[in-house]
Amino acid sequence: MENKLYKVSSSPHIRANRDTETIMQDVALALLPAALFGIYNFGYRAALIIIISVLTCVLSEYIFQLAMKKPITISDGSALVTGLLIALILPHTVPYWIPVLGGLFAIILVKQLYGGIGQNFVNPAIAARVFLTIAYTNYLAKYVVDGVTSVTPLAVVKAGGESVELSKLIWGTVGGSLGETSVVFLLIGAAYLVYRKVISLKIPLIYIATVFVFAGLLGPEMFDLNYMLAQVFSGGLIIGAFFMATDYVTSPVTPKGQIIFAFMLGLLTMLIRLYSGYPEGVSFAIMFMNLWVPIIEKFTRPTVFGKERKNERHN
Amino acid sequence: MGITNTFKRGIHPKDFKEMSKNVSIDTYRPFGEIIIPMSQHLGGPAEPIVNKGDRVLVGQKIGELKGFVSASVHSSVSGTVKEIKNVILANGTNSNAVVITNDNLYEKVESMNHENILENLTVTEIREKIKEAGIVGLGGAGFPTHIKLTPPADTKIDYIIVNGSECEPYLTSDYRIMLEEPNLLISGINIILKLFPEAKCIIAIENNKKEAIELLNNIVGNDPRISVKGLKTKYPQGAEKQLVYATTGRSFTSQKLPLNVGCIVQNIDTVVAIHKAILTNEPLLTRVVTITGDAITTPKNLRVRIGTNLNELIEAADGFKNGKTPEKIISGGPMMGKALFTTDVPITKGTSAFVFMSKDEVAESKPTNCIRCGGCVTVCPNGLLPLYLAKASIEGDEEEFIKLNGMECCECGCCSYTCPSKIHLAHAISSMRRDILAKRKK
Repeated sequence: MENKLYKVSSSPHIRANRDTETIMQDVALALLPAALFGIYNFGYRAALIIIISVLTCVLSEYIFQLAMKKPITISDGSALVTGLLIALILPHTVPYWIPVLGGLFAIILVKQLYGGIGQNFVNPAIAARVFLTIAYTNYLAKYVVDGVTSVTPLAVVKAGGESVELSKLIWGTVGGSLGETSVVFLLIGAAYLVYRKVISLKIPLIYIATVFVFAGLLGPEMFDLNYMLAQVFSGGLIIGAFFMATDYVTSPVTPKGQIIFAFMLGLLTMLIRLYSGYPEGVSFAIMFMNLWVPIIEKFTRPTVFGKERKNERHN
Repeated sequence: MGITNTFKRGIHPKDFKEMSKNVSIDTYRPFGEIIIPMSQHLGGPAEPIVNKGDRVLVGQKIGELKGFVSASVHSSVSGTVKEIKNVILANGTNSNAVVITNDNLYEKVESMNHENILENLTVTEIREKIKEAGIVGLGGAGFPTHIKLTPPADTKIDYIIVNGSECEPYLTSDYRIMLEEPNLLISGINIILKLFPEAKCIIAIENNKKEAIELLNNIVGNDPRISVKGLKTKYPQGAEKQLVYATTGRSFTSQKLPLNVGCIVQNIDTVVAIHKAILTNEPLLTRVVTITGDAITTPKNLRVRIGTNLNELIEAADGFKNGKTPEKIISGGPMMGKALFTTDVPITKGTSAFVFMSKDEVAESKPTNCIRCGGCVTVCPNGLLPLYLAKASIEGDEEEFIKLNGMECCECGCCSYTCPSKIHLAHAISSMRRDILAKRKK
């Protein structure tokens, strides 16, 4: 037999098929139905906002890494996902420089300056949205449906007006950010992510259930089902719960931590929606809870196998 | 019986067992030189008791155990001692070894021509015979069996768990033994049960080996002391802690042993070796080895004599497929096995399989930044946070590593397997763990 030296490496010698790239591709794919509906609902401007936002994110990541002489990672798809998310949570009426600014803020300041993928401590798209909301409130709060400037369902609710028809909320033919209005199309994408095991339902379901319950407790009338459902189906809750609160990088890795994280998101969202100056609280809540992740993880470390139960002599 | 039939977390890798699961065990007789390493077990190496030029017989003891944790070794062929030298083993370590020129006569030592009857043997005689036979755990760790079967006097053993889970992908040797030598297995179990009159035996088999479960169930019948338990097919079902939990519901940390919760775990082939040692006076001379993988022509299960050169087994399996050299060769299964840099190694007591792979998946996947997906946390059977343990290891932070329970890692490799960023988590964790263990020994 020939005297060849074979390759060695430490075990294990096999790897699962999944990698960062396939995960990001799945997320991007899952956002498509909502994006397409946004274009259908709000017209060509929505398409342009999406294209500008995605291009800004991917290009700024590429140029930054080139300038910093770092390995180029745009092929992992994470910048694409950030770009898509930023566009989907902006109103289609914003000036075209708004998604550019948001993309730069998310990719350069929030993601790359902290070390790139995996190193950011708040979700880049959420941080961009919060920054834009505060800095350019006038542009961000302008929602138009059918050519008429209108207020979002949440703003209506907040102002104490008549609530919007539930069916409209579910299909998404209401005012709002261009990709966040359609519950149906967002859930199609979310179902795909669950099927592909990219996300688990734990965080989204606890988040949404908490909002539902607190809407019932804190709403104008105790447990008004219509009001509770309106709170769940309007604003950015569905896109936030399924696509942003589940962001790997900025949510806890510990099973118990995820429960606390999701519950706090629900509580904070309702507190902001009901008692702050803003009609919507999803972005603020997610960003705020992102900051708590390290401390949540520290106190929710899983129990080591063998310590969880008394060693029974008989069973 | 326990409420559960599995453990928490774990992974479901593709098992690749179809390549060799229906191939009956062939007995392989080596023709070339035989190399018997003195260190094929956990603990101190045996000491050679033969000299260059000595004629040795099949079953003759050639290395005497030395120290408390140690095991004797025997010649698996008849022939002449050519030399005593240092050799490289399949697990990458090296050991002093007796090299024997095989005369192909297979002349046995006298005692192997006699048979014993279990009823006539005392408990002490059984233990002594197991010790004399040089039996060690054949699952890979190689812990001397006579020590395992001699727990401290105040320990009550409730369960003997025979580990037929064979959860590593590719491996089929235990499965074939269960199908082809079930009576030897049951006989071995009855010997162990004689040592522990109050214990019951559970043969634990993963549910993907239905034929073995059925067959053994039929043989066991209504035996009040032996039962067969089907386990969920999941890796690492055969890891000691996970197996004890899945079969009995009892659990323990790395500070303890199965015997602390009243259990003793035995590998399938080890139990067969016990049968042979006690009833036919045959010391541990052979073991079943699976030769498999997509880079070998004819996957096989072979009963191989200890000391046979791996190159002979490659030829027995009709060589490399299409004459192409494999990218990677693994001794053991792909999850916990060791990659070989050479095929010029002897079969030892702990080598359960050789997997010949045409692709090196590890070399093909480049590690990228951790995206904190938590996949490693979801699969870790010991409830650890592999991402943070690997970080502590890379940063050299032993204090943090211990605080995060890094010493509880069993090196099963689930974390590395599942990581989408292809980070070598298990490698990082096991290196720091071994460093700390080595320091503690000093």
